[in-house]
Amino acid sequence: MAEEKKPAPAAGGRANTKKELPEHFKAYKHVWVAVEIEHGQVHTVSYELLGEGRKLADKRGVELAAVVMGNDRASLEEAAVACFEYGADCVYLVCDPALAHYRNETATKVLTDLVNTYQPEILLLGATNLGRDLAGSVATTLLTGLTADCTELEIDDEGSLAATRPTFGGSLLCTIFTLNFRPQMATVRPRVLAMPERVPGRTGRIVEFDPKLVEDDVVTKVLDFIADRDSDKANLPYADVVVAGGLGLGSVENFQLVKELAEVLGAEYGGSRPLVQKGWITSDRQIGQTGKTIRPKLYIAAGISGAIQHRVGVEGADLIVAINTDPNAPIFEFAHLGIVADAVTLLPALTEAFAKRLRINRLAS
Amino acid sequence: MHIVVCIKQVPDSAQIRVHPVTNTIMRQGVPTIINPYDLFALEEALRLRDTFGGVVTVLTMGPPTAAESLRKALTFGADRGVLLTDRYFAGSDTLATSFALSMALKKVAAEFGQPEIVFTGKQTIDGDTAQVGPGIAKRLNYNQLTYVSKIVDADFAGGVIRVERRAEGGTQVLQSRLPVLITMLEATNEMRRGSVENALIAARAQAITWNAADVGIEDLTKCGLRGSPTIVKKVFAPTARTEKAVLVEADGSTDGMADALIDAIFERAPAVEEDLFEQAARQY
Ligand SMILES: Cc1cc2nc3c(=O)[nH]c(=O)nc-3n(C[C@H](O)[C@H](O)[C@H](O)COP(=O)(O)OP(=O)(O)OC[C@H]3O[C@@H](n4cnc5c(N)ncnc54)[C@H](O)[C@@H]3O)c2cc1C
Ligand SMILES: Nc1ncnc2c1ncn2[C@@H]1O[C@H](COP(=O)(O)O)[C@@H](O)[C@H]1O
Repeated sequence: MAEEKKPAPAAGGRANTKKELPEHFKAYKHVWVAVEIEHGQVHTVSYELLGEGRKLADKRGVELAAVVMGNDRASLEEAAVACFEYGADCVYLVCDPALAHYRNETATKVLTDLVNTYQPEILLLGATNLGRDLAGSVATTLLTGLTADCTELEIDDEGSLAATRPTFGGSLLCTIFTLNFRPQMATVRPRVLAMPERVPGRTGRIVEFDPKLVEDDVVTKVLDFIADRDSDKANLPYADVVVAGGLGLGSVENFQLVKELAEVLGAEYGGSRPLVQKGWITSDRQIGQTGKTIRPKLYIAAGISGAIQHRVGVEGADLIVAINTDPNAPIFEFAHLGIVADAVTLLPALTEAFAKRLRINRLAS
Repeated sequence: MHIVVCIKQVPDSAQIRVHPVTNTIMRQGVPTIINPYDLFALEEALRLRDTFGGVVTVLTMGPPTAAESLRKALTFGADRGVLLTDRYFAGSDTLATSFALSMALKKVAAEFGQPEIVFTGKQTIDGDTAQVGPGIAKRLNYNQLTYVSKIVDADFAGGVIRVERRAEGGTQVLQSRLPVLITMLEATNEMRRGSVENALIAARAQAITWNAADVGIEDLTKCGLRGSPTIVKKVFAPTARTEKAVLVEADGSTDGMADALIDAIFERAPAVEEDLFEQAARQY
């Protein structure tokens, strides 16, 4: 539960607090990832967390375990195989009819019971709606610390989890510790961490856990699930190419130029936060700290100044290309390629030139 | 019927500046606002009250100046404001914050009636953790409904509520039993304008002010820095990338620039070039 509610002084105060782990927490070992499964599908963020968890576990010289819960044994076993191949040594498998859909009540009970039984030192979850819903309840039940939306996880010299996250609207970063409580909990947003290499055939052991749930005791019922229509679902976090526009485009009509380039490139399109506020794009297309984190192979930003809140959402891109009229725009500080140009005239020329090259190449082959 | 909305006064972060040398936040003169996400919760509460009757209490924890946010909430039409303030709360993380707020909520329940619904915002813009709501729910043993996009119906007499909740890849329709804690999703309603009449009431209103002892907190080690399991050890500015962008130069023509830029992109990212050609070959 982290973040200084008051602007904590950078040094002094508790900054010098020593680690005094109470005796009963000394048995807490191993790194866990609570795997997110909805409708039989494992959320990719869980694999990203396993990749990071592997590194943390190796540094600590402990095991990496994954927790999978649901009601369909076949898909849970499939998920377990994937977890092993992404680095887990052990999978806690929890199969129960009451876990058909995600519900806070049941998931909190399962995860806290598991933690109390098997005592992990670190517990990681995705900072998705599901993960955030669950992490807060679990941390409060266990009365331990939780650091939300981390951008970096490390093990410090004393073996503690150092969780770094943006603070004050992203203008600063802070590193947060949970020294005297276990497990040390953290959430990380999708695409902040790199996807690990999958090692086919890698296996581990499965530990079955009986959650002892009774449906009649669960107060909240899922009456229905309305899946999003695919057609209007933006999948920015997982797109290979993203084209985005900012206020520099000047008007919603000019924003169309971004969409046209995206179309030719088979890319997703997005924008900076002011465009959402102006109603040019929907909020699921906002890129940045309070929007989506992206990790494309190519990111083209047109008319975006590159404020820190935008930057933190795009830094994982392999190649950042900025188009801006102002040679001193902050985006040129972190873009790899830049061009000082008017996006309103350059974008259509780019779209045309890309289309031409793709056409010529197709004819040649 | 009684609804409590937890609101937080936050610095208007659009106006926060970081001191370039000391890396500290320059708070002086930064105006404060009600956390924007909390307004969606407040509006939803007011709508329920307008439909079903009853009372809306707003609760905030913060410095004495946070009373200003309560006054603002009264202007929108809330019926009662409660300020929880004590120097022992300074430095609270979300676990300590949810503890203090849950104690205040118990006192609110004792003095003004058990709330059927406690609302919080989805998250704050300064803390940005989305943990205080779930923390309160757990401590009060309320059923928790987060990321609610719509209250489908509420039967206060029967103690049943149905909501739509934003899940991954879709919307869950949930039914739960009152009392519940709801965190409202943003943009699900639009905050009403305050009325002149309410503004006059708000101007005269005296917020109910409680400290730690008033809400029955005996163990002060559960508050503030001491009650916070998380420890902020370091605050720092993001490091600048050492290399800046390579600027693509081209003759003045726009087409020339476009070509030069594409060349530069393909040179640096041959994999992207391959992907694009492959994709184009499939498409046509
Ligand atoms: C708590 C908080 C959270 C935030 N979260 C986010 C977030 O998640 N995502 C986000 O994006 N922002 C976020 N912001 C806002 C952020 O601080 C910036 O205000 C925002 O990113 C600026 O958007 P912009 O670059 O489109 O506009 P501007 O800053 O106005 O930049 C416009 C740029 O366009 C250039 N330009 C002008 N004309 C042209 C032209 N014809 N061709 C090319 N370039 C041109 C200008 O030189 C300028 O650099 C957040 C802010 C706060 C306080
Ligand atoms: N100090 C506070 N006083 C009242 N409500 C708060 C306070 N801090 C957080 N909240 C509520 O909890 C929600 C989530 O906050 P956070 O966990 O900081 O993102 C906010 O939207 C508020 O409704």
